[in-house]
Amino acid sequence: MGNNQNNNRTCGLKNPKLNALFYGVIKGNPIVVLMIGLCPVLAISTTVYNAVGMSIAVAFVLMGSNVIVSLLRKFTPNQIRIPVFIIIISTFVTIVDYLIKANLPFLYKQLGIFIPLIVVNCVIIGRAEAFAYKNSVFLSFLDAIGSSIGFLIVLFLIGATREILGQGTFFNKVIFSNPCIVMVLPPGGFITIGVIMGLLSYYNLRKKKQ
Amino acid sequence: MIISNQMNPFLIFLSACLINNIILIKFIGLCSFFGLSTNVKNSIGMGIAVTFVTITATIVSWLVYHFALVPLNLVYLRTATFILTIASLVQLEEMFIKKYLPPLYKAMGIYLPLITTNCAILASTFLNIDYNLSLLNSIVNGFGIASGYTIAIIIFANLREKILTAPVPKSLEGYPIAFFLASLMSLAFLGFKGLFGL
Repeated sequence: MGNNQNNNRTCGLKNPKLNALFYGVIKGNPIVVLMIGLCPVLAISTTVYNAVGMSIAVAFVLMGSNVIVSLLRKFTPNQIRIPVFIIIISTFVTIVDYLIKANLPFLYKQLGIFIPLIVVNCVIIGRAEAFAYKNSVFLSFLDAIGSSIGFLIVLFLIGATREILGQGTFFNKVIFSNPCIVMVLPPGGFITIGVIMGLLSYYNLRKKKQ
Repeated sequence: MIISNQMNPFLIFLSACLINNIILIKFIGLCSFFGLSTNVKNSIGMGIAVTFVTITATIVSWLVYHFALVPLNLVYLRTATFILTIASLVQLEEMFIKKYLPPLYKAMGIYLPLITTNCAILASTFLNIDYNLSLLNSIVNGFGIASGYTIAIIIFANLREKILTAPVPKSLEGYPIAFFLASLMSLAFLGFKGLFGL
Protein backbone atom coordinates (compact mmCIF):
# COMPACT_ATOMS: atom_id res chain seq x y z
CA MET A 1 0.00 0.00 0.00
CA GLY A 2 2.38 2.71 -1.17
CA ASN A 3 1.60 6.37 -0.88
CA ASN A 4 2.90 7.28 -4.31
CA GLN A 5 0.24 5.60 -6.39
CA ASN A 6 -0.05 7.55 -9.59
CA ASN A 7 -3.55 8.32 -10.72
CA ASN A 8 -2.72 8.26 -14.37
CA ARG A 9 -3.40 4.62 -15.08
CA THR A 10 -2.34 4.46 -18.70
CA CYS A 11 0.97 4.29 -20.46
CA GLY A 12 0.14 6.60 -23.35
CA LEU A 13 -0.88 3.98 -25.89
CA LYS A 14 -4.04 4.51 -27.94
CA ASN A 15 -5.03 0.85 -28.20
CA PRO A 16 -6.76 -0.18 -24.93
CA LYS A 17 -5.55 -3.78 -25.29
CA LEU A 18 -1.89 -2.81 -25.57
CA ASN A 19 -2.45 -0.31 -22.79
CA ALA A 20 -3.76 -3.03 -20.48
CA LEU A 21 -0.90 -5.32 -21.40
CA PHE A 22 1.97 -2.87 -20.96
CA TYR A 23 0.72 -0.81 -18.00
CA GLY A 24 1.88 -3.32 -15.40
CA VAL A 25 5.27 -3.95 -16.97
CA ILE A 26 6.99 -0.59 -16.42
CA LYS A 27 4.74 2.42 -15.77
CA GLY A 28 2.60 0.63 -13.19
CA ASN A 29 5.14 -1.95 -12.11
CA PRO A 30 3.62 -3.46 -8.97
CA ILE A 31 6.83 -3.55 -6.98
CA VAL A 32 9.15 -0.67 -7.76
CA VAL A 33 6.52 1.89 -8.77
CA LEU A 34 3.40 1.06 -6.76
CA MET A 35 5.33 -0.45 -3.80
CA ILE A 36 2.85 -3.27 -3.21
CA GLY A 37 3.38 -6.98 -2.68
CA LEU A 38 6.81 -6.56 -1.18
CA CYS A 39 6.92 -9.46 1.28
CA PRO A 40 7.54 -12.36 -1.11
CA VAL A 41 9.84 -10.22 -3.23
CA LEU A 42 12.41 -9.80 -0.50
CA ALA A 43 11.91 -13.06 1.35
CA ILE A 44 12.34 -15.61 -1.40
CA SER A 45 14.62 -13.76 -3.81
CA THR A 46 17.81 -15.39 -2.50
CA THR A 47 18.19 -17.46 -5.68
CA VAL A 48 16.95 -17.07 -9.25
CA TYR A 49 15.21 -20.46 -9.08
CA ASN A 50 13.08 -19.42 -6.11
CA ALA A 51 12.35 -16.01 -7.65
CA VAL A 52 11.10 -17.53 -10.91
CA GLY A 53 9.08 -20.17 -9.05
CA MET A 54 7.37 -17.53 -6.94
CA SER A 55 6.66 -15.33 -9.98
CA ILE A 56 5.00 -18.21 -11.79
CA ALA A 57 2.85 -19.00 -8.74
CA VAL A 58 1.80 -15.34 -8.44
CA ALA A 59 1.17 -15.11 -12.20
CA PHE A 60 -1.13 -18.14 -12.10
CA VAL A 61 -3.15 -16.76 -9.20
CA LEU A 62 -3.29 -13.28 -10.73
CA MET A 63 -4.52 -14.50 -14.13
CA GLY A 64 -7.07 -16.84 -12.57
CA SER A 65 -8.45 -14.28 -10.15
CA ASN A 66 -8.52 -11.45 -12.71
CA VAL A 67 -10.49 -13.57 -15.19
CA ILE A 68 -13.00 -14.87 -12.62
CA VAL A 69 -13.47 -11.47 -10.96
CA SER A 70 -14.10 -9.95 -14.36
CA LEU A 71 -16.53 -12.73 -15.32
CA LEU A 72 -18.51 -12.25 -12.11
CA ARG A 73 -18.35 -8.46 -12.02
CA LYS A 74 -21.97 -8.03 -13.19
CA PHE A 75 -23.29 -10.34 -10.44
CA THR A 76 -21.14 -9.12 -7.56
CA PRO A 77 -22.88 -6.59 -5.31
CA ASN A 78 -20.65 -3.62 -4.66
CA GLN A 79 -20.85 -3.89 -0.86
CA ILE A 80 -19.50 -7.42 -0.58
CA ARG A 81 -16.99 -7.31 -3.44
CA ILE A 82 -13.91 -7.56 -1.21
CA PRO A 83 -14.98 -10.82 0.51
CA VAL A 84 -15.89 -12.21 -2.92
CA PHE A 85 -12.41 -11.27 -4.25
CA ILE A 86 -10.80 -12.91 -1.24
CA ILE A 87 -12.71 -16.17 -1.74
CA ILE A 88 -11.80 -16.28 -5.45
CA ILE A 89 -8.15 -15.53 -4.73
CA SER A 90 -7.86 -18.03 -1.91
CA THR A 91 -9.31 -20.74 -4.14
CA PHE A 92 -6.53 -20.20 -6.67
CA VAL A 93 -3.91 -19.96 -3.92
CA THR A 94 -5.02 -23.32 -2.53
CA ILE A 95 -4.77 -24.86 -6.01
CA VAL A 96 -1.24 -23.48 -6.46
CA ASP A 97 -0.27 -24.57 -2.96
CA TYR A 98 -1.24 -28.19 -3.56
CA LEU A 99 0.13 -28.27 -7.14
CA ILE A 100 3.57 -27.15 -5.98
CA LYS A 101 3.48 -29.42 -2.95
CA ALA A 102 2.80 -32.44 -5.15
CA ASN A 103 5.07 -31.71 -8.09
CA LEU A 104 7.97 -29.56 -6.82
CA PRO A 105 8.62 -30.53 -3.20
CA PHE A 106 12.03 -28.82 -3.18
CA LEU A 107 10.55 -25.49 -4.29
CA TYR A 108 7.72 -25.95 -1.78
CA LYS A 109 10.25 -26.30 1.02
CA GLN A 110 12.07 -23.14 -0.12
CA LEU A 111 8.97 -20.98 -0.51
CA GLY A 112 7.30 -22.38 2.60
CA ILE A 113 4.79 -20.05 4.18
CA PHE A 114 4.97 -17.54 1.34
CA ILE A 115 2.74 -19.68 -0.90
CA PRO A 116 -0.36 -19.43 1.34
CA LEU A 117 0.55 -15.79 1.95
CA ILE A 118 -0.04 -15.02 -1.76
CA VAL A 119 -3.67 -14.67 -0.67
CA VAL A 120 -2.90 -11.35 1.06
CA ASN A 121 -0.50 -10.19 -1.66
CA CYS A 122 -1.62 -6.67 -2.44
CA VAL A 123 -0.76 -7.02 -6.15
CA ILE A 124 -3.53 -9.53 -6.71
CA ILE A 125 -6.31 -7.89 -4.73
CA GLY A 126 -5.13 -4.51 -6.06
CA ARG A 127 -5.51 -5.58 -9.70
CA ALA A 128 -8.88 -7.20 -8.97
CA GLU A 129 -10.18 -4.00 -7.40
CA ALA A 130 -8.54 -1.48 -9.70
CA PHE A 131 -8.89 -3.23 -13.03
CA ALA A 132 -10.70 -6.57 -13.29
CA TYR A 133 -13.83 -5.38 -11.48
CA LYS A 134 -14.34 -2.65 -14.09
CA ASN A 135 -13.14 -4.18 -17.34
CA SER A 136 -13.92 -7.01 -19.75
CA VAL A 137 -12.53 -10.53 -19.33
CA PHE A 138 -9.99 -10.31 -22.13
CA LEU A 139 -8.64 -6.91 -21.03
CA SER A 140 -8.36 -8.20 -17.44
CA PHE A 141 -6.43 -11.21 -18.66
CA LEU A 142 -4.00 -8.95 -20.56
CA ASP A 143 -3.65 -6.76 -17.48
CA ALA A 144 -2.81 -9.83 -15.40
CA ILE A 145 -0.15 -10.88 -17.91
CA GLY A 146 1.37 -7.39 -17.86
CA SER A 147 1.52 -7.17 -14.08
CA SER A 148 2.92 -10.69 -13.88
CA ILE A 149 5.68 -9.80 -16.30
CA GLY A 150 6.49 -6.67 -14.30
CA PHE A 151 6.59 -8.76 -11.13
CA LEU A 152 8.79 -11.39 -12.78
CA ILE A 153 11.29 -8.84 -14.12
CA VAL A 154 11.86 -7.21 -10.74
CA LEU A 155 11.98 -10.52 -8.90
CA PHE A 156 14.43 -11.93 -11.46
CA LEU A 157 16.67 -8.86 -11.14
CA ILE A 158 16.73 -9.02 -7.34
CA GLY A 159 17.12 -12.79 -7.31
CA ALA A 160 19.99 -12.71 -9.82
CA THR A 161 21.79 -9.90 -7.96
CA ARG A 162 21.49 -11.62 -4.62
CA GLU A 163 22.44 -15.07 -5.91
CA ILE A 164 25.48 -13.85 -7.88
CA LEU A 165 26.82 -11.57 -5.12
CA GLY A 166 25.75 -13.68 -2.15
CA GLN A 167 26.47 -17.22 -3.29
CA GLY A 168 28.69 -16.67 -6.33
CA THR A 169 26.36 -18.80 -8.44
CA PHE A 170 23.76 -18.29 -11.18
CA PHE A 171 21.05 -20.94 -11.54
CA ASN A 172 23.25 -23.08 -9.26
CA LYS A 173 26.28 -22.78 -11.61
CA VAL A 174 29.38 -21.54 -9.78
CA ILE A 175 30.71 -18.21 -11.11
CA PHE A 176 33.22 -17.23 -8.45
CA SER A 177 34.23 -18.28 -4.97
CA ASN A 178 34.35 -16.11 -1.83
CA PRO A 179 30.91 -14.54 -2.16
CA CYS A 180 29.64 -11.70 0.01
CA ILE A 181 27.35 -13.71 2.27
CA VAL A 182 25.40 -10.74 3.65
CA MET A 183 23.58 -10.45 0.30
CA VAL A 184 21.65 -13.67 0.85
CA LEU A 185 20.90 -12.73 4.45
CA PRO A 186 17.91 -10.44 5.17
CA PRO A 187 19.86 -7.12 5.05
CA GLY A 188 21.01 -7.89 1.50
CA GLY A 189 17.39 -8.02 0.32
CA PHE A 190 16.65 -4.53 1.63
CA ILE A 191 19.88 -3.14 0.15
CA THR A 192 19.23 -4.66 -3.28
CA ILE A 193 15.72 -3.25 -3.65
CA GLY A 194 16.91 0.10 -2.23
CA VAL A 195 19.62 0.32 -4.88
CA ILE A 196 17.22 -0.66 -7.67
CA MET A 197 14.68 1.99 -6.60
CA GLY A 198 17.45 4.56 -6.19
CA LEU A 199 18.71 3.93 -9.72
CA LEU A 200 15.16 4.15 -11.06
CA SER A 201 14.54 7.49 -9.40
CA TYR A 202 17.99 8.74 -10.57
CA TYR A 203 16.96 7.85 -14.12
CA ASN A 204 13.59 9.58 -13.71
CA LEU A 205 15.24 12.74 -12.34
CA ARG A 206 17.73 12.81 -15.23
CA LYS A 207 14.89 12.42 -17.73
CA LYS A 208 12.93 15.28 -16.11
CA LYS A 209 15.92 17.63 -16.37
CA GLN A 210 16.37 17.11 -20.12
CA MET B 1 14.98 -22.54 13.56
CA ILE B 2 11.82 -24.43 14.44
CA ILE B 3 9.74 -23.67 17.51
CA SER B 4 8.23 -26.68 19.29
CA ASN B 5 5.98 -27.44 22.22
CA GLN B 6 8.91 -28.67 24.31
CA MET B 7 10.40 -25.21 24.54
CA ASN B 8 10.05 -22.84 27.46
CA PRO B 9 7.29 -20.29 26.64
CA PHE B 10 9.70 -17.46 27.42
CA LEU B 11 12.11 -18.76 24.79
CA ILE B 12 9.26 -19.05 22.29
CA PHE B 13 8.44 -15.40 22.95
CA LEU B 14 12.06 -14.26 22.54
CA SER B 15 12.49 -16.31 19.41
CA ALA B 16 9.36 -14.88 17.79
CA CYS B 17 10.05 -11.31 18.92
CA LEU B 18 13.78 -10.80 18.38
CA ILE B 19 15.59 -13.74 16.81
CA ASN B 20 13.04 -14.40 14.06
CA ASN B 21 11.66 -10.86 13.92
CA ILE B 22 8.68 -11.03 11.60
CA ILE B 23 9.63 -7.96 9.58
CA LEU B 24 13.38 -7.63 9.64
CA ILE B 25 14.34 -11.31 9.46
CA LYS B 26 11.33 -13.02 7.92
CA PHE B 27 10.12 -10.21 5.61
CA ILE B 28 6.45 -10.61 6.44
CA GLY B 29 4.17 -7.57 6.77
CA LEU B 30 6.37 -5.19 4.81
CA CYS B 31 3.59 -3.24 3.08
CA SER B 32 2.27 -1.69 6.29
CA PHE B 33 5.80 -1.44 7.70
CA PHE B 34 6.79 0.97 4.94
CA GLY B 35 3.39 2.53 4.45
CA LEU B 36 2.63 3.53 8.05
CA SER B 37 6.06 4.36 9.44
CA THR B 38 6.22 7.96 8.22
CA ASN B 39 5.47 9.28 11.71
CA VAL B 40 5.80 7.87 15.20
CA LYS B 41 2.16 8.38 16.19
CA ASN B 42 0.87 6.23 13.33
CA SER B 43 3.38 3.54 14.04
CA ILE B 44 2.37 3.26 17.69
CA GLY B 45 -1.34 3.01 16.73
CA MET B 46 -0.56 0.32 14.17
CA GLY B 47 1.58 -1.58 16.67
CA ILE B 48 -1.22 -1.66 19.25
CA ALA B 49 -3.79 -2.69 16.66
CA VAL B 50 -1.61 -5.49 15.28
CA THR B 51 -0.87 -6.84 18.77
CA PHE B 52 -4.54 -6.85 19.71
CA VAL B 53 -5.74 -8.52 16.51
CA THR B 54 -2.90 -11.05 16.37
CA ILE B 55 -3.69 -12.42 19.81
CA THR B 56 -7.45 -12.70 19.21
CA ALA B 57 -6.92 -14.08 15.70
CA THR B 58 -4.48 -16.67 17.03
CA ILE B 59 -7.02 -17.96 19.54
CA VAL B 60 -9.92 -18.03 17.09
CA SER B 61 -7.98 -19.60 14.22
CA TRP B 62 -6.49 -22.25 16.54
CA LEU B 63 -9.97 -23.20 17.74
CA VAL B 64 -11.39 -23.21 14.21
CA TYR B 65 -8.55 -25.37 12.91
CA HIS B 66 -8.52 -27.95 15.69
CA PHE B 67 -12.26 -28.16 16.37
CA ALA B 68 -13.75 -27.61 12.91
CA LEU B 69 -11.31 -28.22 10.06
CA VAL B 70 -9.46 -31.27 11.41
CA PRO B 71 -12.54 -33.29 12.54
CA LEU B 72 -14.34 -32.49 9.27
CA ASN B 73 -11.29 -33.38 7.13
CA LEU B 74 -11.27 -29.94 5.52
CA VAL B 75 -7.64 -29.02 6.18
CA TYR B 76 -7.19 -27.96 2.55
CA LEU B 77 -9.60 -25.08 3.15
CA ARG B 78 -7.18 -23.59 5.69
CA THR B 79 -6.15 -20.55 3.64
CA ALA B 80 -9.68 -19.50 2.76
CA THR B 81 -11.06 -20.17 6.24
CA PHE B 82 -8.36 -18.28 8.08
CA ILE B 83 -8.56 -15.16 5.97
CA LEU B 84 -12.33 -15.04 6.24
CA THR B 85 -12.18 -15.68 9.98
CA ILE B 86 -9.70 -12.86 10.45
CA ALA B 87 -11.71 -10.49 8.26
CA SER B 88 -14.93 -11.07 10.19
CA LEU B 89 -13.10 -10.98 13.53
CA VAL B 90 -11.61 -7.59 12.70
CA GLN B 91 -15.04 -6.31 11.73
CA LEU B 92 -16.59 -7.52 15.01
CA GLU B 93 -13.75 -6.11 17.07
CA GLU B 94 -14.08 -2.75 15.37
CA MET B 95 -17.78 -2.55 16.25
CA PHE B 96 -17.15 -3.77 19.82
CA ILE B 97 -14.32 -1.34 20.54
CA LYS B 98 -16.20 1.56 18.99
CA LYS B 99 -19.11 0.97 21.34
CA TYR B 100 -17.44 -0.04 24.60
CA LEU B 101 -13.85 1.27 24.53
CA PRO B 102 -13.92 4.67 22.78
CA PRO B 103 -10.41 5.74 23.94
CA LEU B 104 -8.88 2.58 22.48
CA TYR B 105 -10.90 3.10 19.31
CA LYS B 106 -9.45 6.57 19.02
CA ALA B 107 -5.93 5.17 19.26
CA MET B 108 -6.20 2.30 16.80
CA GLY B 109 -9.59 2.55 15.08
CA ILE B 110 -8.49 3.72 11.69
CA TYR B 111 -5.82 1.02 11.48
CA LEU B 112 -8.20 -1.88 12.04
CA PRO B 113 -9.54 -2.13 8.47
CA LEU B 114 -5.97 -2.12 7.14
CA ILE B 115 -5.17 -5.15 9.24
CA THR B 116 -7.48 -7.58 7.46
CA THR B 117 -4.93 -8.14 4.73
CA ASN B 118 -1.85 -7.72 6.88
CA CYS B 119 0.45 -10.65 6.15
CA ALA B 120 1.93 -10.65 9.67
CA ILE B 121 -1.32 -11.74 11.28
CA LEU B 122 -2.16 -14.40 8.73
CA ALA B 123 1.42 -15.66 8.88
CA SER B 124 1.35 -16.00 12.65
CA THR B 125 -1.80 -18.14 12.47
CA PHE B 126 -0.22 -20.34 9.76
CA LEU B 127 3.04 -20.69 11.69
CA ASN B 128 1.22 -21.83 14.83
CA ILE B 129 -0.45 -24.60 12.84
CA ASP B 130 2.76 -25.55 10.99
CA TYR B 131 4.74 -25.83 14.23
CA ASN B 132 1.88 -27.81 15.81
CA LEU B 133 1.83 -25.60 18.90
CA SER B 134 -0.59 -25.97 21.80
CA LEU B 135 -3.11 -23.18 22.39
CA LEU B 136 -1.08 -21.53 25.16
CA ASN B 137 2.16 -21.68 23.16
CA SER B 138 0.32 -20.34 20.10
CA ILE B 139 -0.78 -17.31 22.09
CA VAL B 140 2.77 -16.77 23.35
CA ASN B 141 4.11 -17.12 19.82
CA GLY B 142 1.48 -14.74 18.43
CA PHE B 143 2.22 -12.20 21.14
CA GLY B 144 5.95 -12.51 20.40
CA ILE B 145 5.42 -11.94 16.68
CA ALA B 146 3.22 -8.91 17.35
CA SER B 147 5.69 -7.43 19.83
CA GLY B 148 8.48 -7.91 17.30
CA TYR B 149 6.36 -6.06 14.72
CA THR B 150 5.62 -3.23 17.16
CA ILE B 151 9.25 -2.81 18.23
CA ALA B 152 10.47 -2.79 14.64
CA ILE B 153 7.86 -0.32 13.32
CA ILE B 154 8.32 2.15 16.22
CA ILE B 155 12.13 2.18 15.91
CA PHE B 156 11.83 2.50 12.15
CA ALA B 157 9.36 5.42 12.38
CA ASN B 158 11.71 7.25 14.74
CA LEU B 159 14.61 6.76 12.35
CA ARG B 160 12.54 7.95 9.40
CA GLU B 161 11.57 11.13 11.26
CA LYS B 162 15.24 11.79 11.92
CA ILE B 163 16.24 11.20 8.32
CA LEU B 164 13.87 13.92 7.11
CA THR B 165 16.34 16.52 8.41
CA ALA B 166 19.41 14.79 6.96
CA PRO B 167 20.95 15.78 3.62
CA VAL B 168 20.07 12.75 1.51
CA PRO B 169 21.06 12.54 -2.18
CA LYS B 170 18.07 13.60 -4.27
CA SER B 171 17.58 10.30 -6.05
CA LEU B 172 17.58 8.38 -2.76
CA GLU B 173 14.90 10.50 -1.08
CA GLY B 174 11.77 8.73 0.13
CA TYR B 175 11.59 4.99 -0.24
CA PRO B 176 15.16 4.10 -1.37
CA ILE B 177 16.75 5.57 1.76
CA ALA B 178 14.04 3.92 3.86
CA PHE B 179 15.10 0.57 2.45
CA PHE B 180 18.74 1.27 3.36
CA LEU B 181 17.60 2.14 6.89
CA ALA B 182 15.62 -1.10 7.11
CA SER B 183 18.68 -2.98 5.91
CA LEU B 184 20.82 -1.53 8.72
CA MET B 185 18.12 -2.37 11.27
CA SER B 186 17.93 -5.88 9.91
CA LEU B 187 21.72 -6.17 10.24
CA ALA B 188 21.38 -5.16 13.88
CA PHE B 189 18.65 -7.73 14.50
CA LEU B 190 20.83 -10.43 12.91
CA GLY B 191 23.01 -9.92 15.99
CA PHE B 192 20.35 -11.67 18.09
CA LYS B 193 21.01 -14.90 16.17
CA GLY B 194 22.53 -17.49 18.47
CA LEU B 195 21.06 -15.91 21.58
CA PHE B 196 20.44 -18.70 24.15
CA GLY B 197 21.67 -21.17 21.56
CA LEU B 198 18.51 -20.74 19.50
